[in-house]
Amino acid sequence: MSQKTEKLIDKKGLRLDGRKLNELRPIKIEVGALSNADGSAYIEQGKNKILAAVYGPKEVHPKHLALQDRMVLRCRYHMAPFSVQERKSPAPSRREVELSKVIRESLEPSIFLEYYPRTVVDIFVEVLQADGGTRCASITAASVALADAGIPMRDLVVACAAGKVDETIALDLMDTEDKIGKADVPVAFMPNLNAITLLQMDGILTTEEFENAVNLALEGCKKIYLMQKEALKTKYVNVKEAEE
Amino acid sequence: MKVEQGIIERAEGSARMLLGKTEVMVGTKIEIGEPFPDTPNEGVLTVNAELVPLASPIFEPGPPDENAIELARIVDRGIRESKAIDVEKLCIDPGKKVCVVFVDVYVLNHDGNLIDASALAALAALLNTKMSNYEIEEGKVTIKQGYTPLPIKRHPITVTFAKINGKLVVDPWLEEEQVMDARLTMAIDDDDNICAIQKGGSGYFAPEQVLEAAKIAKEKTEEIRKKLDW
Repeated sequence: MSQKTEKLIDKKGLRLDGRKLNELRPIKIEVGALSNADGSAYIEQGKNKILAAVYGPKEVHPKHLALQDRMVLRCRYHMAPFSVQERKSPAPSRREVELSKVIRESLEPSIFLEYYPRTVVDIFVEVLQADGGTRCASITAASVALADAGIPMRDLVVACAAGKVDETIALDLMDTEDKIGKADVPVAFMPNLNAITLLQMDGILTTEEFENAVNLALEGCKKIYLMQKEALKTKYVNVKEAEE
Repeated sequence: MKVEQGIIERAEGSARMLLGKTEVMVGTKIEIGEPFPDTPNEGVLTVNAELVPLASPIFEPGPPDENAIELARIVDRGIRESKAIDVEKLCIDPGKKVCVVFVDVYVLNHDGNLIDASALAALAALLNTKMSNYEIEEGKVTIKQGYTPLPIKRHPITVTFAKINGKLVVDPWLEEEQVMDARLTMAIDDDDNICAIQKGGSGYFAPEQVLEAAKIAKEKTEEIRKKLDW
């Protein structure tokens, strides 16, 4: 591990991977990566590699879990044992249970749940490689997968984190910055509705720093939002061309 | 709100918190264990929460569900991120033996805002915790006479909001929670810094609302600090 004295930002204001403070990592989004799923997406954000699949709307099993006035949304966030430095046990950890819940709650406001009563939609997220900010990348990918599955939505949900590295606020923290940095603020956002659907924080920030971090994260979200839409267009424009 | 400390003699520390009709008990236990490899000089904090079936008709027996796990992790995050416990003082033999502090949150009556009640009860129990004096003699841990209080240096206090009809409601009770769109919790430390946040529920917040909540949380924690003298 690195020493505590090590600086994460050099004199020119560049970070360990050469990024500027307000710069995102390279992002690649691929729609329809899995043929069995009703909708799917693959995202790479820096060294993060994450698959998201959506199954449904389908019948609810066991039946008593069904809701008469709306669909049930379920989500499982899971990390592959080889996704991190030290092997992670494949059994769901408490962290994964919490993240499954907050990811589900970040996507729920975007979906017209009342359109499909008595059904369930399952979202499965598998983190193949983790490099900090996996919950955000998972939400970004899962929302694209929901759109790919044709689930009626108010808006795409896009997520991005900002945090405090050394003494300044920086966008989209990678693993090392997250671990030795001072704070991390993941935010999920629906840009068209100006609605924050996930907000967490750990570390220590003043109110002013927190405000800056949220605003920077929202800027990042807006950039990734364009990439989400572009990825969806790439798939469906190609399909249309193939049909013609 | 009302807090009582030291109510369970067998526990190293304990507290009972009443927040309206919500009642939460927290007991702490200290055991000797191994440190994490990346923090060989630091003690370990473990928080667990049980939504005991006798507390509400909606709680079922069984292993902690996602609500219990989320509750435990929010309480944990407030204590951990604010550096409430001086974990370096819990080290007995660097890299080999440290004190492990178990904080067990026991919800006894659910009438809303379990997060704030649990976080306050946990802090009250930690402030009440006494640990044995451990020493290393010839590579073995021995227990010396007497007790020392658990080294607590910060006092994180959480404030939870419910969003109802587009408005922020502080410290929601059960009926408010049942109709809320979303929930937001902020933990504030002794210097008015924010040290943990968690949004919950399947609704959303406008960005301005989040910043407003941060300001209200500061005022409310001041009130709570005065009331409880922390």
